[in-house]
Amino acid sequence: MLIRPKAGILDPQGIAVERALPALGFSGVSNVHVGRLVELDVEDAEQLDAMCRRLLANPLIEDYEILAA
Amino acid sequence: MKFGVIRFPGSCDDVDAQLAASRVGEAVLLWHGDRDLQSVDAVIVPGGFSYGDYLRVGAIARFAPVMEEVIAFARDGGPVLGICNGFQVLCEAGLLPGALLPNDHLRFRCRQVTVEVVNADTAFTRACEPGERLSIPCKHTTGRYYAPDLDRLEANRQVVLRYAPGENPNGAARDIAGVCNEAGNVVGLMPHPEHAVDERVGGSADGLKLFASAAVAHA
Repeated sequence: MLIRPKAGILDPQGIAVERALPALGFSGVSNVHVGRLVELDVEDAEQLDAMCRRLLANPLIEDYEILAA
Repeated sequence: MKFGVIRFPGSCDDVDAQLAASRVGEAVLLWHGDRDLQSVDAVIVPGGFSYGDYLRVGAIARFAPVMEEVIAFARDGGPVLGICNGFQVLCEAGLLPGALLPNDHLRFRCRQVTVEVVNADTAFTRACEPGERLSIPCKHTTGRYYAPDLDRLEANRQVVLRYAPGENPNGAARDIAGVCNEAGNVVGLMPHPEHAVDERVGGSADGLKLFASAAVAHA
Protein backbone atom coordinates (compact mmCIF):
# COMPACT_ATOMS: atom_id res chain seq x y z
CA MET A 1 0.00 0.00 0.00
CA LEU A 2 1.22 3.46 -0.88
CA ILE A 3 0.17 6.13 1.60
CA ARG A 4 0.59 9.81 0.78
CA PRO A 5 -0.27 13.10 2.40
CA LYS A 6 -3.58 14.32 0.96
CA ALA A 7 -3.35 16.92 -1.77
CA GLY A 8 -3.79 20.40 -0.35
CA ILE A 9 -2.36 19.55 3.06
CA LEU A 10 1.03 21.17 3.66
CA ASP A 11 3.69 18.46 3.44
CA PRO A 12 6.79 19.85 5.18
CA GLN A 13 8.80 16.67 4.53
CA GLY A 14 8.20 17.04 0.80
CA ILE A 15 9.18 20.71 0.95
CA ALA A 16 12.38 19.89 2.85
CA VAL A 17 13.37 17.29 0.24
CA GLU A 18 12.45 19.65 -2.60
CA ARG A 19 14.77 22.27 -1.12
CA ALA A 20 17.59 19.80 -0.47
CA LEU A 21 17.80 18.38 -3.99
CA PRO A 22 18.94 21.60 -5.73
CA ALA A 23 21.68 21.90 -3.10
CA LEU A 24 23.12 18.68 -4.54
CA GLY A 25 22.92 20.02 -8.07
CA PHE A 26 19.62 18.38 -9.12
CA SER A 27 17.50 20.90 -10.96
CA GLY A 28 13.94 21.10 -12.22
CA VAL A 29 12.44 19.25 -9.24
CA SER A 30 8.93 20.16 -8.09
CA ASN A 31 5.87 18.68 -6.34
CA VAL A 32 7.87 16.46 -3.98
CA HIS A 33 5.74 14.50 -1.52
CA VAL A 34 6.95 11.99 1.03
CA GLY A 35 4.65 9.15 2.02
CA ARG A 36 5.20 5.58 3.12
CA LEU A 37 5.06 2.09 1.69
CA VAL A 38 3.53 -0.82 3.58
CA GLU A 39 4.38 -4.26 2.20
CA LEU A 40 2.56 -7.37 3.30
CA ASP A 41 1.41 -10.83 2.32
CA VAL A 42 -2.30 -11.41 2.76
CA GLU A 43 -4.54 -14.36 1.96
CA ASP A 44 -7.68 -12.34 1.34
CA ALA A 45 -6.94 -9.17 -0.64
CA GLU A 46 -10.52 -8.02 -0.01
CA GLN A 47 -9.38 -6.97 3.45
CA LEU A 48 -6.78 -4.52 2.22
CA ASP A 49 -9.09 -1.54 1.83
CA ALA A 50 -10.45 -1.90 5.38
CA MET A 51 -6.88 -2.29 6.68
CA CYS A 52 -5.96 1.01 5.09
CA ARG A 53 -9.02 2.83 6.36
CA ARG A 54 -8.86 1.50 9.91
CA LEU A 55 -5.14 1.48 10.64
CA LEU A 56 -2.57 1.95 7.91
CA ALA A 57 -3.76 5.37 6.74
CA ASN A 58 -5.69 8.18 8.37
CA PRO A 59 -8.21 9.05 5.63
CA LEU A 60 -8.60 12.55 7.09
CA ILE A 61 -5.05 13.50 6.17
CA GLU A 62 -3.78 10.73 3.88
CA ASP A 63 -4.69 9.06 0.58
CA TYR A 64 -3.82 5.43 -0.03
CA GLU A 65 -3.39 3.23 -3.05
CA ILE A 66 -3.36 -0.56 -3.08
CA LEU A 67 -0.88 -2.23 -5.44
CA ALA A 68 -0.92 -6.01 -6.00
CA ALA A 69 2.33 -7.77 -6.87
CA MET B 1 -12.14 12.96 42.87
CA LYS B 2 -10.09 10.14 41.38
CA PHE B 3 -8.00 10.57 38.22
CA GLY B 4 -6.68 7.69 36.14
CA VAL B 5 -3.59 8.29 33.99
CA ILE B 6 -3.08 5.81 31.14
CA ARG B 7 0.38 4.32 30.78
CA PHE B 8 1.27 2.98 27.34
CA PRO B 9 4.64 1.50 26.45
CA GLY B 10 6.46 4.69 25.44
CA SER B 11 4.46 7.12 27.58
CA CYS B 12 6.86 9.48 29.30
CA ASP B 13 4.71 12.16 30.96
CA ASP B 14 2.49 9.74 32.84
CA VAL B 15 4.16 10.29 36.22
CA ASP B 16 4.13 14.08 35.84
CA ALA B 17 0.43 13.91 34.93
CA GLN B 18 -0.20 11.73 37.97
CA LEU B 19 1.67 14.17 40.23
CA ALA B 20 -0.23 17.12 38.76
CA ALA B 21 -3.60 15.41 39.19
CA SER B 22 -2.71 14.37 42.73
CA ARG B 23 -2.60 18.06 43.67
CA VAL B 24 -6.35 18.26 43.22
CA GLY B 25 -7.40 14.68 43.94
CA GLU B 26 -6.36 11.05 44.04
CA ALA B 27 -4.49 9.82 40.95
CA VAL B 28 -3.70 6.28 39.82
CA LEU B 29 -1.89 4.87 36.78
CA LEU B 30 -3.88 2.64 34.42
CA TRP B 31 -1.95 0.07 32.37
CA HIS B 32 -2.72 0.04 28.63
CA GLY B 33 -3.32 -3.72 28.58
CA ASP B 34 -5.97 -3.65 31.35
CA ARG B 35 -9.63 -3.08 30.72
CA ASP B 36 -10.33 -1.89 34.25
CA LEU B 37 -10.61 1.88 34.73
CA GLN B 38 -10.67 1.33 38.52
CA SER B 39 -13.77 3.51 39.00
CA VAL B 40 -11.92 6.73 38.21
CA ASP B 41 -13.88 9.98 37.78
CA ALA B 42 -11.62 11.35 35.01
CA VAL B 43 -9.10 9.88 32.58
CA ILE B 44 -5.87 11.51 31.42
CA VAL B 45 -4.11 10.24 28.29
CA PRO B 46 -0.58 11.58 28.79
CA GLY B 47 2.25 12.67 26.53
CA GLY B 48 5.09 10.58 25.21
CA PHE B 49 5.62 8.21 22.32
CA SER B 50 3.01 5.49 22.76
CA TYR B 51 4.05 2.30 20.97
CA GLY B 52 7.05 4.22 19.64
CA ASP B 53 4.72 6.39 17.52
CA TYR B 54 5.12 3.65 14.90
CA LEU B 55 3.10 4.00 11.71
CA ARG B 56 1.62 7.37 12.72
CA VAL B 57 1.43 9.20 16.05
CA GLY B 58 -1.30 7.68 18.22
CA ALA B 59 -2.36 5.18 15.55
CA ILE B 60 -1.53 2.00 17.45
CA ALA B 61 -2.24 3.18 20.99
CA ARG B 62 -5.78 3.88 19.88
CA PHE B 63 -6.35 0.08 19.70
CA ALA B 64 -4.98 -0.70 23.19
CA PRO B 65 -7.41 -2.71 25.35
CA VAL B 66 -7.74 0.15 27.85
CA MET B 67 -8.84 2.49 25.05
CA GLU B 68 -12.05 0.50 24.50
CA GLU B 69 -12.96 1.37 28.08
CA VAL B 70 -11.86 4.99 27.68
CA ILE B 71 -14.02 5.33 24.56
CA ALA B 72 -17.05 3.90 26.40
CA PHE B 73 -16.31 6.15 29.41
CA ALA B 74 -16.12 9.21 27.15
CA ARG B 75 -19.32 8.30 25.30
CA ASP B 76 -21.06 8.14 28.70
CA GLY B 77 -19.94 11.71 29.40
CA GLY B 78 -16.87 10.89 31.50
CA PRO B 79 -14.18 13.60 31.44
CA VAL B 80 -11.12 12.65 29.35
CA LEU B 81 -8.06 14.86 28.83
CA GLY B 82 -5.48 14.11 26.13
CA ILE B 83 -2.14 15.89 26.39
CA CYS B 84 0.24 16.03 23.40
CA ASN B 85 0.60 12.36 22.37
CA GLY B 86 -2.63 11.76 24.32
CA PHE B 87 -4.32 14.39 22.13
CA GLN B 88 -3.04 12.55 19.05
CA VAL B 89 -4.39 9.25 20.43
CA LEU B 90 -7.85 10.75 21.11
CA CYS B 91 -8.00 12.14 17.56
CA GLU B 92 -7.04 8.75 16.13
CA ALA B 93 -9.68 7.12 18.35
CA GLY B 94 -12.34 9.42 16.92
CA LEU B 95 -13.12 10.97 20.32
CA LEU B 96 -11.87 14.33 19.08
CA PRO B 97 -12.17 15.86 15.63
CA GLY B 98 -9.20 16.42 13.35
CA ALA B 99 -5.61 15.21 13.35
CA LEU B 100 -2.11 16.38 14.29
CA LEU B 101 0.40 16.82 11.47
CA PRO B 102 4.19 17.36 11.52
CA ASN B 103 5.17 20.92 12.52
CA ASP B 104 5.32 23.12 9.43
CA HIS B 105 9.05 23.81 10.05
CA LEU B 106 9.77 20.09 10.74
CA ARG B 107 11.64 20.94 13.94
CA PHE B 108 11.08 19.77 17.47
CA ARG B 109 9.85 22.71 19.54
CA CYS B 110 10.34 22.85 23.29
CA ARG B 111 9.43 26.14 24.92
CA GLN B 112 6.93 27.97 27.09
CA VAL B 113 3.87 29.13 25.12
CA THR B 114 1.02 31.46 26.00
CA VAL B 115 -2.43 30.12 25.20
CA GLU B 116 -5.81 31.82 25.45
CA VAL B 117 -8.86 30.08 26.81
CA VAL B 118 -11.52 30.25 24.10
CA ASN B 119 -14.12 27.97 25.67
CA ALA B 120 -14.27 27.98 29.49
CA ASP B 121 -17.25 25.63 29.66
CA THR B 122 -15.47 22.31 29.10
CA ALA B 123 -14.71 19.65 31.71
CA PHE B 124 -11.08 20.85 31.83
CA THR B 125 -11.41 24.65 31.51
CA ARG B 126 -14.25 25.39 33.93
CA ALA B 127 -11.85 26.88 36.48
CA CYS B 128 -10.66 29.39 33.84
CA GLU B 129 -12.17 32.62 32.54
CA PRO B 130 -12.90 33.08 28.82
CA GLY B 131 -9.97 34.97 27.28
CA GLU B 132 -7.68 34.10 30.20
CA ARG B 133 -4.05 33.56 29.22
CA LEU B 134 -2.14 30.55 30.49
CA SER B 135 1.62 30.02 30.33
CA ILE B 136 2.32 26.35 29.66
CA PRO B 137 5.28 24.56 28.04
CA CYS B 138 5.01 22.70 24.76
CA LYS B 139 7.42 20.07 23.37
CA HIS B 140 6.55 18.29 20.17
CA THR B 141 7.35 17.60 16.51
CA THR B 142 3.84 16.65 15.42
CA GLY B 143 1.54 19.32 16.78
CA ARG B 144 0.10 21.10 13.77
CA TYR B 145 -3.64 20.84 14.29
CA TYR B 146 -5.73 20.20 11.21
CA ALA B 147 -9.44 19.58 10.69
CA PRO B 148 -11.31 19.67 7.40
CA ASP B 149 -14.16 21.87 8.65
CA LEU B 150 -12.76 24.52 10.95
CA ASP B 151 -15.79 26.82 10.62
CA ARG B 152 -18.05 24.13 11.99
CA LEU B 153 -15.60 23.47 14.81
CA GLU B 154 -15.61 27.15 15.77
CA ALA B 155 -19.41 27.41 15.48
CA ASN B 156 -19.76 24.42 17.85
CA ARG B 157 -17.37 26.11 20.33
CA GLN B 158 -15.01 23.15 20.01
CA VAL B 159 -11.90 25.32 19.91
CA VAL B 160 -10.88 25.33 23.58
CA LEU B 161 -7.42 26.92 23.53
CA ARG B 162 -5.64 29.07 21.01
CA TYR B 163 -1.99 30.10 20.91
CA ALA B 164 -1.74 33.82 21.69
CA PRO B 165 -0.82 35.98 18.66
CA GLY B 166 2.74 35.19 17.56
CA GLU B 167 2.97 32.14 19.82
CA ASN B 168 1.94 29.36 17.41
CA PRO B 169 4.85 26.87 17.64
CA ASN B 170 3.85 24.47 14.87
CA GLY B 171 1.73 26.10 12.16
CA ALA B 172 -1.56 24.84 13.60
CA ALA B 173 -4.66 25.95 11.70
CA ARG B 174 -6.12 29.14 13.18
CA ASP B 175 -3.60 28.96 16.05
CA ILE B 176 -5.56 26.08 17.59
CA ALA B 177 -3.80 24.60 20.63
CA GLY B 178 -6.67 22.55 22.04
CA VAL B 179 -10.12 21.27 21.05
CA CYS B 180 -13.03 19.39 22.62
CA ASN B 181 -15.78 17.06 21.46
CA GLU B 182 -19.27 18.46 20.94
CA ALA B 183 -20.31 17.64 24.51
CA GLY B 184 -17.21 19.28 26.02
CA ASN B 185 -16.27 16.30 28.21
CA VAL B 186 -13.32 15.23 26.03
CA VAL B 187 -10.52 17.77 25.65
CA GLY B 188 -7.14 17.52 23.93
CA LEU B 189 -4.26 19.98 23.79
CA MET B 190 -0.67 20.02 22.55
CA PRO B 191 0.94 22.03 25.42
CA HIS B 192 1.67 20.25 28.70
CA PRO B 193 -0.35 21.55 31.68
CA GLU B 194 1.16 18.79 33.86
CA HIS B 195 4.57 20.49 33.52
CA ALA B 196 3.20 23.81 34.80
CA VAL B 197 1.82 23.06 38.25
CA ASP B 198 4.46 24.61 40.51
CA GLU B 199 5.92 28.11 40.15
CA ARG B 200 9.24 26.89 41.52
CA VAL B 201 9.61 24.70 38.42
CA GLY B 202 9.26 26.61 35.16
CA GLY B 203 7.77 29.73 36.71
CA SER B 204 4.09 28.97 36.10
CA ALA B 205 1.40 26.98 37.86
CA ASP B 206 -1.25 27.80 35.23
CA GLY B 207 -1.52 24.18 34.12
CA LEU B 208 -3.05 23.26 37.45
CA LYS B 209 -6.26 25.03 36.39
CA LEU B 210 -7.05 22.28 33.88
CA PHE B 211 -6.84 19.61 36.56
CA ALA B 212 -8.72 21.81 39.03
CA SER B 213 -11.46 22.26 36.41
CA ALA B 214 -12.14 18.53 36.42
CA ALA B 215 -12.45 18.63 40.22
CA VAL B 216 -14.85 21.61 40.01
CA ALA B 217 -17.00 19.69 37.55
CA HIS B 218 -16.94 16.64 39.81
CA ALA B 219 -17.91 18.50 43.01
